[in-house]
Amino acid sequence: MLGLAADRLRADTNRLLAFLFHQGILDEQFLQLQQLEDETSPNFVSEVVNIYFHESEKLLRNLRSLLMDKEFSDYNKMGIHLNQFMGSSSSIGAKRIRNVCVAFRAASEQNNRAGCLRALELLEHEYCFLKNKLHELFQIQQQRALAAAVRYPMQN
Amino acid sequence: MTVERIVSETKDQFPIGMRVLAVDDDPTCLLLLETLLRRCQYHVTTTSQAITALKMLRENKNKFDLVISDVHMPDMDGFKLLELVGLEMDLPVIMLSANGDTKLVMKGITHGACDYLLKPVRIEELKNIWQHVVRRKKFDRKVRNNSDSQDKPHADSGEAAGIGKADNSAKINKKRKDQNEDEDEDLDENGQDNDDPSAQKKPRVVWSVELHRKFVAAVNQLGIEKAVPKKILELMNVEKLTRENVASHLQKFRLYLKRISCVANQQANMAAVVGTADSSYLRMGSLNGLGNFHALAGTDQLHNAAFRSFPPSGVLGRLNTPAGLSIRGLPSPGTIQLGHVQNLGHSSNDQSKLQSFIPGNHNTNILQGMPMSLDLDQLQNNKGVSHVGELPTANSTAVFPVSGSLIDSRIAGFSNNPLLGVTSNSLMLEGSSQQANLHASNLRDGVSAAGFQNGNTLSNFASIDPVSSQLRDSKADLQGQAAPINCNAGPMIRSVPQEWNAPRKDAPYQSHLMSSSVNSSIPVNGAMVQLDQCLDRNNSIFHRTVDSDSIGPLNFVDPLSIKHSEGLNSAAMEPPVIEKEGYLMYQLRPHGNHIPDNIGSLEDLASAMMKQDQDKGKPTAGNFRTCI
Repeated sequence: MLGLAADRLRADTNRLLAFLFHQGILDEQFLQLQQLEDETSPNFVSEVVNIYFHESEKLLRNLRSLLMDKEFSDYNKMGIHLNQFMGSSSSIGAKRIRNVCVAFRAASEQNNRAGCLRALELLEHEYCFLKNKLHELFQIQQQRALAAAVRYPMQN
Repeated sequence: MTVERIVSETKDQFPIGMRVLAVDDDPTCLLLLETLLRRCQYHVTTTSQAITALKMLRENKNKFDLVISDVHMPDMDGFKLLELVGLEMDLPVIMLSANGDTKLVMKGITHGACDYLLKPVRIEELKNIWQHVVRRKKFDRKVRNNSDSQDKPHADSGEAAGIGKADNSAKINKKRKDQNEDEDEDLDENGQDNDDPSAQKKPRVVWSVELHRKFVAAVNQLGIEKAVPKKILELMNVEKLTRENVASHLQKFRLYLKRISCVANQQANMAAVVGTADSSYLRMGSLNGLGNFHALAGTDQLHNAAFRSFPPSGVLGRLNTPAGLSIRGLPSPGTIQLGHVQNLGHSSNDQSKLQSFIPGNHNTNILQGMPMSLDLDQLQNNKGVSHVGELPTANSTAVFPVSGSLIDSRIAGFSNNPLLGVTSNSLMLEGSSQQANLHASNLRDGVSAAGFQNGNTLSNFASIDPVSSQLRDSKADLQGQAAPINCNAGPMIRSVPQEWNAPRKDAPYQSHLMSSSVNSSIPVNGAMVQLDQCLDRNNSIFHRTVDSDSIGPLNFVDPLSIKHSEGLNSAAMEPPVIEKEGYLMYQLRPHGNHIPDNIGSLEDLASAMMKQDQDKGKPTAGNFRTCI
């Protein structure tokens, strides 16, 4: 029965990943991340992704507070935050987020505040979605680890 | 002790164990970079502060073989770090950035980077970075073998190695020449250094004033454009000087001139050329620097050369980036250059003034006229800051209508929509047609115009993203539900089984986007609240959502929320979920190549919506199709 759970969980993982890749939410860079995970760095992906989440939330908050400011004029500063967000998102393999950042950057370069605001909203949305999905992925993986750990004693 | 052992080991197994210093303020990228480098079997040290990096490098100059640094860092500009490292430690430096703009890359090169990598960094690229270290070492040894100790001038010239090293060496030499009247002493010192290869890892290149004069005279004679190392060598007629020496010196010289020209122009022409024509700086500078090159055939040639061979300065790079990037794919360089050509006439007066200031010895003039390279960036920074606001307005008006029309033709269908203004067109400028996000954004306006009556149709767009359920509810509910954007599960799923057979392959996400975009039409405060709650991963919201709907038909996301709150109790609920989403997945598979179909599905989406509400939607859908 536990074996069945492990299979099912593996299927879940694959399904979720397939969905994320298919939808263009993640790209092959995420695969690179997964390939870097091995015995020496067993939780690499979740480590990196959690750092990414932490930083991204800061960046998104900064971006929003910048844009919400009535006297906002420092597109340069926004560009810096955006650049970092874009860099880390593309390093994670968050393709969609990166694409929205690109559009955001374009609006920012045109000093188009409304466009920036719209892009920011889209960005926040995409980010939330990705975060939920990746958390889900990690949950499944945790369960798999649990299932794998539990199995051995039972077999005895 | 340990360091020495490592050093000897690395020599045997190079590139394994190559010592890399990685600098990046973004912790995500830094961790990734570190792991990738470790995977390449390099020895990695990381820091997020440029200042710390410099300290580490200064502590022990032989501690690292290679430096990789991000371009945009809060405590110090990456380019500045690059220069300092090249100057003080003469190490190969690789730049790293999310922004691959040509001007930035060029800036990296002019500041002496031996490579410029784009994020995301791939392991294949990192596997090759050791070549930069080897290249330097190899040419060092080659040069030492070639060079002979001479009285004067010393022919201990550089390697045709990375530009960075050569450039920096030239800088060091020129500085020394400037500071020391007696270059003989310098030569002797350097000669002695060079005679002993093992003692010094990084030899100093010495081009004495005398040698350099000959060099410049030769270049003069040939013309800066036509000056080739071989001919220069012949003209110089110096013993023991190799073509490689001359080639590398020529490289350095060219780069050096570019930098001087920018700086000199900034100093001389700041008032005259405010806010416009950045390349006029360069033109001026080129004249200044090459003022004594009588061989240059006419001003026109020089100006052309200036345009072609002189990359934008840091100032220009910064200023042009906003305009340049925004008009990607359009003939922006031409547009900007046009503007600059017009200023040609303006500055001609100033040019003659500048030329009159150039004394006979142009070498020293260049040296005196140029602030330390370290200040270059600061100057450029200042200029950049003052002009950022100006250039976009100045040039953008010329350029944007072109781009705007491009976009308009694509989104012609949406022009009716009052919600869609020019701004969103601009927003779409960067996007390519296959970015579903952007199209969804366009759709959003159509959707909002169409109203929220498309209950069943939207519910087709399956289960994965329950936020669509908000569309089903009344608009008032949307605001009332301060739930995270994609956390509403129940009502969505209930309607799904009815519509399984509908070919909504990518629709789930599209609808999700749509609905989320709809969210964005909610007052900002609402969006903020949602974001905060989403960001905070507030379990109570999950709870609320789950409780309000029946627990049975859960969707993909809900197991996540339930797991948060109820631990393993979710086990019982999973099967139905999995079945459903498995079914969904099966639906996805038969539909061939999906990626491009993002657009196709959007079309379906649009048409489906429009069927429900033909009056408002039809023109939109129709045009949407034709656009794509």
